[in-house]
Amino acid sequence: MLEDWKTGGFGIYIHWPFCQSKCPYCDFNSHVSLEIDQSRWSRAYIAEIDRYAELVPNRILTSVYLGGGTPSLMNPDVVHAIIARIRHHWPTINDYEITLEANPGSVEATRFQGYAEAGVNRISMGLQALNDRDLKRLGRVHSVTEGLEAFEIARNTFDRVSFDLIYARQDQTLAEWQSELKTALSYATDHFSLYQLTIENGTAFGERYRLGKLRGLPEDDQAFSMYQATNELCFDAGLLGYEVSNYAALGSESRHNLIYWRYGDYIGIGPGAHGRLTLSNGRYASEGWKNPGRWLTEVESGNGDRVLNELTMQHQSEEFLMMGLRLSEGIDPVRYERLSGKPLSKKTQHHLTEIGMIYDRDGKICVTSNGRMVLNAIIQEFLAD
Amino acid sequence: MKGLSCKSRKALLSASCNNGRSFDNFELSTLTPCQSPSISPYMTDLNKIRNFSIVAHIDHGKSTLADRLIQETGTVKERDMQAQLLDTMDIERERGITIKANTVRIDYKADDGETYVLNLIDTPGHVDFAYEVSRSMRAVEGSLLVVDSSQGVEAQTLANVYQAIDADHDIVPILNKIDLPASDCDRVAEQIEDVIGIDATGAIQVSAKTGQGIHETLEAIVHQLPAPKGVRDAPLKAMLVDSWYDSYLGVIVLVRIIDGVLKKGDRIRMMSNNSTHLVERIGVFRPEREVIDELGPGEIGFLTASIKQVRDTRVGDTITTEKQGITEALPGFKPAQPVVFCGLFPVDTALFEDLRDAIDKLALNDASFSFEMETSAALGFGFRCGFLGLLHLEVIRDRIEREYDIDLITTAPSVIYHIHMRDGTVLDLHNPADMPDMTHVDHLEEPRIKATILVPDEYLGDVLKLCQDRRGAQIDLTYAGSRAMVVYDLPLNEVVFDFYDRLKSVTKGYASFDYQMTDYQQDYLVKMSILVNDEPVDALSTMVHRDRAEARGRAMVEKLKDLIPRHMFKIPIQAAIGGKVIARETLSAMRKDVTAKCYGGDMSRKRKLLDKQKKGKKKMRQFGQVNIPQEAFISALKMDN
Ligand SMILES: Nc1nc2c(ncn2[C@@H]2O[C@H](COP(=O)(O)OP(=O)(O)OP(=O)(O)O)[C@@H](O)[C@H]2O)c(=O)[nH]1
Ligand SMILES: C[S@@+](CC[C@H](N)C(=O)[O-])C[C@H]1O[C@@H](n2cnc3c(N)ncnc32)[C@H](O)[C@@H]1O
Ligand code: SF4
Ligand SMILES: [Mg+2]
Repeated sequence: MLEDWKTGGFGIYIHWPFCQSKCPYCDFNSHVSLEIDQSRWSRAYIAEIDRYAELVPNRILTSVYLGGGTPSLMNPDVVHAIIARIRHHWPTINDYEITLEANPGSVEATRFQGYAEAGVNRISMGLQALNDRDLKRLGRVHSVTEGLEAFEIARNTFDRVSFDLIYARQDQTLAEWQSELKTALSYATDHFSLYQLTIENGTAFGERYRLGKLRGLPEDDQAFSMYQATNELCFDAGLLGYEVSNYAALGSESRHNLIYWRYGDYIGIGPGAHGRLTLSNGRYASEGWKNPGRWLTEVESGNGDRVLNELTMQHQSEEFLMMGLRLSEGIDPVRYERLSGKPLSKKTQHHLTEIGMIYDRDGKICVTSNGRMVLNAIIQEFLAD
Repeated sequence: MKGLSCKSRKALLSASCNNGRSFDNFELSTLTPCQSPSISPYMTDLNKIRNFSIVAHIDHGKSTLADRLIQETGTVKERDMQAQLLDTMDIERERGITIKANTVRIDYKADDGETYVLNLIDTPGHVDFAYEVSRSMRAVEGSLLVVDSSQGVEAQTLANVYQAIDADHDIVPILNKIDLPASDCDRVAEQIEDVIGIDATGAIQVSAKTGQGIHETLEAIVHQLPAPKGVRDAPLKAMLVDSWYDSYLGVIVLVRIIDGVLKKGDRIRMMSNNSTHLVERIGVFRPEREVIDELGPGEIGFLTASIKQVRDTRVGDTITTEKQGITEALPGFKPAQPVVFCGLFPVDTALFEDLRDAIDKLALNDASFSFEMETSAALGFGFRCGFLGLLHLEVIRDRIEREYDIDLITTAPSVIYHIHMRDGTVLDLHNPADMPDMTHVDHLEEPRIKATILVPDEYLGDVLKLCQDRRGAQIDLTYAGSRAMVVYDLPLNEVVFDFYDRLKSVTKGYASFDYQMTDYQQDYLVKMSILVNDEPVDALSTMVHRDRAEARGRAMVEKLKDLIPRHMFKIPIQAAIGGKVIARETLSAMRKDVTAKCYGGDMSRKRKLLDKQKKGKKKMRQFGQVNIPQEAFISALKMDN
């Protein structure tokens, strides 16, 4: 069972918790801070990398992901130091991936060259919308023009560039989204993350929604149509929806995110970062202190993690199922059974197949495109047994 | 005021009013008057005893008045006082209502220098518990009729007065809540005279809140209510007024001694079944239990005698001594009959045995609650339970859910129908699911009631419409001051469910309502089934009048469409009579339930969401492939307009 993670690979996630301003829909662990002592943060990341290197030595690294927050606010030398340290400890596969999440502002663009020199080979850029009215409503600080300029620079600097859009926004019609997406697809990049706007508790949007003041959100049926249209347009452009919200040309999938979805091993470093690691005696979940200041001081006194819990086999099987069903490649029921100790219910499989939610492809259980929009309900059915 | 005698008071009532809830006529005045002078010095002199019940419409202040009487006489230490002291059950305190009648013995030193023993019984006001009032009245000679002077006479005021008159009580009218700005004693006194027909010129003005008028009330009790009658040197004759289970003492029996003396160590006999018991303990309530040596004629108190179950005692029974007892029993009371039936099933089927246990325990103390095991194709094992009314049902359900921590599915409440079969036999139908094949049925009869509603004029139109909508036939419409008094003949099945709620809502709470069962009448009734995803859900079957079936069916399927959450597939919901679909809705498939983004490998959020959904699902029950939430079974029946 200690081999299970190998199907997914091994990666490292680094969390940078700061942003220039807080977007009203965002519930990521991101904060606005005026003074950031970047060299102190750099030392902390290095210390944690060293600590983990002792915990899980002798691994071959698939990918590194610098996420946030807004990692494109990091000084290139900090990124350089982090990547160098990681590569010092772990050898990599040949086509390893090092992604940095970037906000598409003009300032960020000036740092791209430095990131490339530090070893970043992939950029995930948060464009979010392709019209200024909606960017404004989403509380974004960049304009469409700025965004596209930054995108051009990124494309000239990095081999691989992905971009993020949020749709099913307030007052967005199906036709508007179709035309916006067509424009996006015309930029001919090979990877998109297309997220439907989610209203999260504890965000500004969440609060406005609760008070009934966030109007014009699409009904579920409308959102469903938008999702279908998205799948079709991307397919026509040669991009496959390989995960619920991610589209890529064959071979251009995010290798790092695939580790999560294939339930591999990953180290999480930074405030609130999560990890899944197979150690000599079992599989563990780790979690960093969420508050950035707290994390920093905890690291300085030896360990930035708040928890390191062993996962039961049952728990692992559930996580595997939850993550794996997000992928178009589906899950291997044999692997599920190995983890949970019992097979997936035949009755549930039969029922879900009958109502067109899942299908069998070469022995793998895959969710249909209709099923993806109600994935939580499908997972629920499986876990209910 | 020296009130009118019982006879003349009775004469003041219009004939149509003089048929309160029909209980056997048992009149204390038929007892032989006290002739024997040989009263033991230890016993309370009959002339110094006053027994009375406090009766009123719901919330008019009975329990608060009892508080003041207890306090004024120093029965309870000041520091132990609390509002509605006698309402001790959780559910009573929470809802601010009295459910169970309570007896207290207080000593009062009157202005004439004599000390009197007063036995008061605080009664519930809600119509469902009218039985408690009626049996309490059988144990006493007088009543304090409390009327909220800011509200006036209400439906249960009338119902209670009729019962008091039936029991030949002397009545002292009390105008309560005079501290309120809206209090209008003159108007209400006039109303009492006009509507009820008793003299209210000397009605006592009281504020049970501030204590004003309490002394006058105590004096009136002593001087206006009669002393009990009874013979000390006679064989024991006692009335079993109530009984309940106590975890320390076993069954406690509340008795009223009519003749003779009851002592510890006596061997007594229950005349209904000739069972005999050794009396272990005798006492009175103050309101805490206080053990005494004996109870004499006119006194009210309790006994314990190693009786195991409340079911071994019969309310209204006559108790005498095993040897040399009396031969002629008191007439007894008609037992309380459940009128509303429904199924109670555990949401979690694994908890059936726990439910059985809970129901057994509750039934120990509530003889008016009946139950038998029921199996439903869809709901599994549960119980078919009978209640005195909807509040009673709610109270029991609440207690099971809270005290025993069992989530319940409550099925559609039903009344008892009489099914006349073609072969001449007659069946009682408590559960629509048991409806026999119509080809064997000749006709059906349903129970009807006489409902009395008091309502301000401006809402009269709405009330009449409501009664008409519920298949009512108007019997009478008169005025009591500015309020209309409407009497309607209604089918009970139209009333048991949400009639009272509807009445409250169309009259903004200004109407009051009381009813009595009358008789059974034939009508065109059919069983309406509900099919969810093409499968019949027996727990949702109801009996309806054929002419209303379409409208009822439509309303139910529309309601269910809102109550059942969307599933991954579309679900037809239909109402049918026999094989004929009379209403149909389709619940469309769920369109969106997915976590769009992933948080850098943080799976815990997603898990939390799933756990939450899983918990939600626990509150549902699966029918075929469809999950129906527990509250749907009741909510689907509520008619909003
Ligand atoms: N202002 C005022 N409020 C009163 C008075 N007497 C009772 N109340 C209030 O009226 C409400 C009902 O009082 P209860 O004593 O519970 O009435 P009840 O008649 O015993 O009610 P049920 O047992 O439910 O029929 C409570 O909120 C009391 O505080 C009074 O004299 N003045
Ligand atoms: C962690 S954010 C960081 C990216 C970067 N800071 C930015 O905002 O461009 C990753 C992506 O999640 C998506 N996202 C964040 N909050 C969202 C929400 N409430 N609903 C839908 N998508 C959201 C956005 O598309 C965003 O680009
Ligand atoms: S969406 Fe991106 S930029 Fe906006 S607050 Fe969240 S992490 Fe920061
Ligand atoms: Mg009360």
